[in-house]
Amino acid sequence: MSSDLVLNGISKQFSGQRAVDNLDLTVPSGSFFALLGPSGCGKTTTLRMIAGLEEPTTGTIRLGEQEITGLRPYKRPVNTVFQNYALFPHLDIFENVAFGLKRRGVKDFKPKVEEMLGLVELSTYGKRRPSQLSGGQQQRVALARALINRPQVLLLDEPLGALDLKLRRQMQLELKRIQTEVGITFVHVTHDQEEAMTMADTIAVMNGGVIEQMGSPAELYDLPATTFVANFLGQSNLIRATIIGQAEENITVDVHGRKVTVPLPRCRVTEGDVWMGIRPEKVFIAAAGTEQSNGSNQLRGAVVTDVSYVGVSTQYLVKLPWDQELTIFEQNTGARGTFGVGETVDLHWLPTHTFVLDADQDAHAGVEHIDDPGGAG
Amino acid sequence: MSAVGQLGAASAAPPAKVERSGRRFTGYLLLLPGGLWLLLFFVVPLVSLLAASLYDPNGSIESGFKMTWHFQNFVDTMADYARPFGRSLWYSLLTTLFCLLLGYPLAYAIAMKAGRWKNFMLALVIAPFFTSFLIRTLSWKLLLSDNGFVVDALKWLHILGPDGRLLATTTAVVTGLTYNFLPFMVLPLYASLERIDPRLIEAGGDLFANPFTTFRTVTLPLSMPGVVAGTLLTFIPAAGDYINAQLLGTPKQRMIGNDIQRLFSAGAYPTAAALSVTLMAAIVVLVLVYVRRAGTEELL
Ligand SMILES: Nc1ncnc2c1ncn2[C@@H]1O[C@H](COP(=O)(O)OP(=O)(O)O)[C@@H](O)[C@H]1O
Ligand SMILES: [Mg+2]
Repeated sequence: MSSDLVLNGISKQFSGQRAVDNLDLTVPSGSFFALLGPSGCGKTTTLRMIAGLEEPTTGTIRLGEQEITGLRPYKRPVNTVFQNYALFPHLDIFENVAFGLKRRGVKDFKPKVEEMLGLVELSTYGKRRPSQLSGGQQQRVALARALINRPQVLLLDEPLGALDLKLRRQMQLELKRIQTEVGITFVHVTHDQEEAMTMADTIAVMNGGVIEQMGSPAELYDLPATTFVANFLGQSNLIRATIIGQAEENITVDVHGRKVTVPLPRCRVTEGDVWMGIRPEKVFIAAAGTEQSNGSNQLRGAVVTDVSYVGVSTQYLVKLPWDQELTIFEQNTGARGTFGVGETVDLHWLPTHTFVLDADQDAHAGVEHIDDPGGAG
Repeated sequence: MSAVGQLGAASAAPPAKVERSGRRFTGYLLLLPGGLWLLLFFVVPLVSLLAASLYDPNGSIESGFKMTWHFQNFVDTMADYARPFGRSLWYSLLTTLFCLLLGYPLAYAIAMKAGRWKNFMLALVIAPFFTSFLIRTLSWKLLLSDNGFVVDALKWLHILGPDGRLLATTTAVVTGLTYNFLPFMVLPLYASLERIDPRLIEAGGDLFANPFTTFRTVTLPLSMPGVVAGTLLTFIPAAGDYINAQLLGTPKQRMIGNDIQRLFSAGAYPTAAALSVTLMAAIVVLVLVYVRRAGTEELL
């Protein structure tokens, strides 16, 4: 099917600022697509332009063969689950769900509404008003009200944002299940990276009105393209380094006097200053002086400054000789020893777990907590 | 579809019982000052008005009135004053209608489209209140006078004939009433339109309703509390008004308020009181029927 949603050079200028900046985006038909980014990065604005509630300053939006850039919202085969649901307070649940079908003149809407209420497990709630429902139930009504129209694209703006954590986890699985069942393209906006990772086939990471990187959750996590993505999706250790050579398929970087190898495809730049990145769980701690023979990268002479035991893993903070702290997660498999605060240790990791980013970026971009020890000192 | 089962379990727990024995007293205490006020200045006069409507009509202020439970007062006054009575209801109905037709678009524009001019425009709506009702109506008398510019303009446009006049016509009375009560329509309408979440209107558009249908199925029903409040605040005082009919009309445009006022001044208390009570009863019945209908009707 060729009903992909394609945004081409989309910008939105509000009086004061540019909320979305020259965005290119292709959402494959039938996919669960997440638009992930911190608050204020332009996610809602992007979604509203797709829905037709906001007019792009420049650019075009296409849905399959049809250009929909200037089409009024009520003429688009697109429906929205609004951020705070926006259920009609003067209509009961049945009428809320039936609204779209009635407007399109569907005669036999009753069984369809009942079926849809069944799908979201609210069959007995048809006669109630939205205000008589809990947050989770309202969320499902909002979903049913949009989904019943079988849109080509369903837009969801932080649909789980108002729910508590437990309910949110349940609804994530539920939404994913419904999406698989109906096969409609979902564009899901969220600022919760875990939510995006669990649900989406493809994630576009958005920051400051632009897409920083797009790909499957695993791709983004394994090989982030920017420091923002490296920090926003999970955690990263970013260490200042300089590229000093290239041999066949590998780049050699100098990290404060030690040589480290990185496979060429994992390098965003191939010369000059860089950020060398490693995920905390990819680093191993060994007793000082242990020789590694498997071609691992190594940093010696680190000192353990903090140990927190969190059940499945232990989180270490270690200080490198140049005073930078790294975070390391060690699985508590029982096969390896633990280390105490003040012990001197060696760190090693595989070249294929290393990534190299342009140094012209803030190492703290996308760090969610100020005290997160992800970046360079 | 097993995962749906989990969803059902996610529904809200029953709300916890609220401890409220202590709150009862607070409620009564808060009711007390206003309640006393109403008792003194509403219930007492109302009872004395009801009583006066049943006095012997042959009494006078000098000789005093005797309570004779003279229910015939109501029959007699209705026979004598049916026309101005009906006229009052008709004029106030017209007034309410015109106020709604003028006021709704105005309130809508202020609430939805005025942006940063909102407060300024609201101030303009209230501005007439800075002068007294009487003076405003008097100035309408000047405005509509036979050699005023409005009449001249209408004659020039051939809307009025060469001998046509505005003053002392039904048009003048209803126009004056409409002018005087328009703010009472606009303010509650504005309040209820202003409260509507703009995302509900967007949701209408998102769900295939064109702007007109969205207005009909979302905006209008949600503004019904304002419509009901506005029409009541217009209709009720308009039905009892006598200033507009007196200043802008002739005896032919006499409203029931004029008769009540005249009868009271002439000392015909029982007749005046019976007319007042009848008017009040008519309004209460009309309002009850109206509110009940507006409350249940889905309007869709
Ligand atoms: N109607 C508007 N007028 C002016 N600025 C706006 C408007 N809507 C959004 N913005 C601004 O555009 C930026 C992006 O907003 P938004 O798309 O809502 O972000 P997100 O949904 O990612 O939190 C924000 O800085 C916001 O203040
Ligand atoms: Mg948002």
